[in-house]
Amino acid sequence: MSVDTPADNGVNVEALLGVRNALADTPDIAQFQWRATCSWVKGTHSRSHVNTFYGFGGEQQHKTTFVYDADHPLAFAAEDNGVTPVEYVLVALGSCLTAGVAAVAQQRQIQLRSVQATVEAEMDLHGILGADPDVRNGFSGVKVTYNIDADASPDEVKALVAQSQKRSAVYDVLTNPTQVTVEVI
Amino acid sequence: MRDITTVVIGAGHCGLAMSRCLTDRSIDHVVLERGETANSWRTQRWDSFRLLTPNWLTRLPGYSYQGDDPDGFMTAPELAELIDQYATVTAAPVLTHTTVTSVRPGDDGFVVDTDQGSWKTRSVVLASGACNVAVVPALRDAVPAEILMRTPAEYRGPDQLPEGGVLVVGASASGIQLADEVHRSGRAVTLAVGEHVRMPRSYRGLDILWWMEAAGVLDERYDEVPDIVRARSLPSMQLVGSPHKATVDLNALTALGVRLVGRLAGIRDGYAQFSGSLPNLCALADLKLGRLLDTVDTWAADAGVHGAGPPERFAATQVPSSPPLAVDLRSGEIRSIIWATGFRPDMSWLDVPVLDRKGRVVHDGGVTAWPGLYLIGMPFLRRRKSSLIAGAEPDAADLTSHLASYLDCPVPVAS
Repeated sequence: MSVDTPADNGVNVEALLGVRNALADTPDIAQFQWRATCSWVKGTHSRSHVNTFYGFGGEQQHKTTFVYDADHPLAFAAEDNGVTPVEYVLVALGSCLTAGVAAVAQQRQIQLRSVQATVEAEMDLHGILGADPDVRNGFSGVKVTYNIDADASPDEVKALVAQSQKRSAVYDVLTNPTQVTVEVI
Repeated sequence: MRDITTVVIGAGHCGLAMSRCLTDRSIDHVVLERGETANSWRTQRWDSFRLLTPNWLTRLPGYSYQGDDPDGFMTAPELAELIDQYATVTAAPVLTHTTVTSVRPGDDGFVVDTDQGSWKTRSVVLASGACNVAVVPALRDAVPAEILMRTPAEYRGPDQLPEGGVLVVGASASGIQLADEVHRSGRAVTLAVGEHVRMPRSYRGLDILWWMEAAGVLDERYDEVPDIVRARSLPSMQLVGSPHKATVDLNALTALGVRLVGRLAGIRDGYAQFSGSLPNLCALADLKLGRLLDTVDTWAADAGVHGAGPPERFAATQVPSSPPLAVDLRSGEIRSIIWATGFRPDMSWLDVPVLDRKGRVVHDGGVTAWPGLYLIGMPFLRRRKSSLIAGAEPDAADLTSHLASYLDCPVPVAS
């Protein structure tokens, strides 16, 4: 690890640690709600909007409304107006782990030069097609492969990636069961 | 109401170490004990239990091991006997069978109520232990009724369990020891592995705790580690104190035939659900062990240790390629569950406002914010070894020093 200049990965670790310290005094501000709305367009094409969330004790807003199209590929007899929902899961996992790598590297004063994750998920289509009751709908496995160039030893890089998984929300969502309720109003 | 300068609650090794240090400073005190001395060691340990620390490391103020087996590991009755003798030799003013029912602020200090009457005192030392109550996750309520459940505090031996499969939840010291013992009894063990601290019993021919003590790791102070909250919540080391000095890590258990699964994450429709995080938790533990051994080797090279073996590294933890994510608890495959999911103190009788929102005593190295109220015997209270028997000696000396200063020059209590 280079000690000539402080590592700068563009992550404000002091602010993050400040939040953690503030939580000790006011645990309520840690209660968050994340939101998305999803509207059907046509066929398997839908469009989702993400704009507001609740946290730090009040309503919050992104600086703009983000829009996401989801669809299925032509080979599924769809129009391919966007990536499939399961591919958004891969995007979520890769971006969550990569943000974590940067934050942990900053905290450990490790300068990153490049970080690239390849996320691959295996799926047996028999599940979602209802063709085989023994096959689940979801992924049978997910594999993430990192290629990282940083001022650190191989073990330090492995520790970054391991710690990132330990603190990742999406990794937790994928590896552990979650109560899901779906209502119609 | 009787009047005394200091009340120590609990006559385990910590309470008696405090008593010895208070006596050395002529501070009059009493040690209140709900049962016998070393009560938890007598009543809450399984039959094959031995200390994780070798005999030479079993030190108390004014006591060090003089027996003929310094590298051995004491059984719970042997330790209870030692603590009992220590109480006698130090002439500790212990009142046994005296259960504290309340500690509350009073005029010029505290009132301590017990089932044998009340005490008025200027200072109180909480030494009632970190492991009074076995912690069992709320999802135990979803376990089918036909499955027998035990905590390590209740477990005595494998013969208590029905024949058939056993799910051991938790892979810290208790979990790995019981998984090993139960599997050897012919009951197939499934071990649910959460965060754990991998540790070899021996390294370079010497006990790992010898290295950790010599390299200064056990003496790391609570105000010097980067994240004390994290350090205090670390699971116990995967160690067993066996006569043949075996290492019982996940690889050893796998070789024995124990089935590893991820952390128990839920129970739904009778199925135990296990986390898919097992590979990462094993990688974290392997990397952490590697860093510890690097520290030890660096220290050994600098200090010029002679007679030890060469540096070595242990094989990475073998993670099964696709461990089951769910097991049907109603299929008969699992007949009993051991919850090796940790312990917590019982401070339900403490009526002084020093608890955080989760009911834990807030303290700075054992000194609470309430003047005159002290805590000892908690993980990483003042140093890494605070949870070991040997941690009581320096912790008691430090806290007695603080307490003596307080008695000399009390800070007024706002009330």
